[in-house]
Amino acid sequence: MAYTEEEIRHWLEEVKDPEIPVLSLNDLGVITGISVLENGKVKVEMTPTFVGCPAIDYMKSDVKEVLAKHGVEEVEVRVSFDTQWNSNMISEKGRQALKDFGLAPPPKHNLIVELDILEEVECPNCGSHNTDLKTPFGPTLCRSIHHCFDCKETFEQFKPI
Amino acid sequence: MNTPAIKDLLYKMADDQLILGHRNSEWTGFGPVLEEDIAFSSMAQDKIGQSQALYQLLHELGEAEPDTIAFTRNAEQFHNCQLTELPIGEYDFSLIRHFLFDHAELIRFEMLANSRYEPLAQLARKIKGEIKYHVMHANTWIKQLGNANEESISRLQNSLEYALPYALGIFEEGAHEEALQSEGIFPGEKAVMEEWKKRISERIEQTALRLPDFSQLQPVYGGRKGQHSEHLQPLLDEMSEVFRIDPTAEW
Repeated sequence: MAYTEEEIRHWLEEVKDPEIPVLSLNDLGVITGISVLENGKVKVEMTPTFVGCPAIDYMKSDVKEVLAKHGVEEVEVRVSFDTQWNSNMISEKGRQALKDFGLAPPPKHNLIVELDILEEVECPNCGSHNTDLKTPFGPTLCRSIHHCFDCKETFEQFKPI
Repeated sequence: MNTPAIKDLLYKMADDQLILGHRNSEWTGFGPVLEEDIAFSSMAQDKIGQSQALYQLLHELGEAEPDTIAFTRNAEQFHNCQLTELPIGEYDFSLIRHFLFDHAELIRFEMLANSRYEPLAQLARKIKGEIKYHVMHANTWIKQLGNANEESISRLQNSLEYALPYALGIFEEGAHEEALQSEGIFPGEKAVMEEWKKRISERIEQTALRLPDFSQLQPVYGGRKGQHSEHLQPLLDEMSEVFRIDPTAEW
């Protein structure tokens, strides 16, 4: 049985980032290539958000598991840096999902991240920009910690990178 | 491509990342404030992850598996500079080392992003974005504590003077400098060092700290050739203790 790339991508919607379970790998932007070979074998190309991201091995086996559930038996998942992930690759749907989850989405950038874009991040709780960066390191490699002066909440941001 | 030259370059970079990553992890649970505990732990995780990716490139060039390379060599087989292996000391020393090392590292990866050795160039394009956060973190605290009070300034000044000769050891040249440059793989240690001196000087000038005259300093070399201080072997023993109990264990 042959599959189309669209089908594979659709099924991969079920695979979520284990550290941010509202975000699919598609929306996170870490699926960098899908190819269906003539013999029916499926090849999925992935790249990690951070080089040291411990979630990549989980994501890799989740991809295989979900595709197997849909009857795709032969799956090869290749993790490489052929395409280097950056936070602009998070989809609009993904950015909204982050916000709903209580994590500020990363601001879009021109691939040169300067400290000033980490200041005055929009608070995901009340929408205020009257906020302050507390530390560029958080509970996972991809998050920074901020404080909102208006609603007084401390919140996290998915770091622009 | 000149494989021996590339391997030489990859080994020293990967070993720097692994050893400093391990040292940074020693702050986990002991940071002076919670945010710093998290920061050094996160930087440890980044650096150890980056070392694994660099060891993976070595593996693709015919070297052993990353875990084997990381956990089964002895001190004299490591090519990290001695700066990275020094004990964490007090927070002022760890902060100064972090500042001096990460500036050099950012420059190195910025340059390698244009390397003609494509697998390394791809990895460097990724890593430089991560290291940028490490440098931002170091700059913030150097500026803050380098202008704070007499104690913070004198502690940082002492650590700076102690660490600088070791920091110059980052740029110890190897046997393949010319080949790496002429083949467009890496612009060389001198090029990194010149840019590094410029960048750290700019930052130190914004504080009450004083940078000693570089020409009066005696760089601590040897690390790149496997000559290390007495601090490296105990670190390796501790780091590989669990691995050595059962090297075939699945995690």
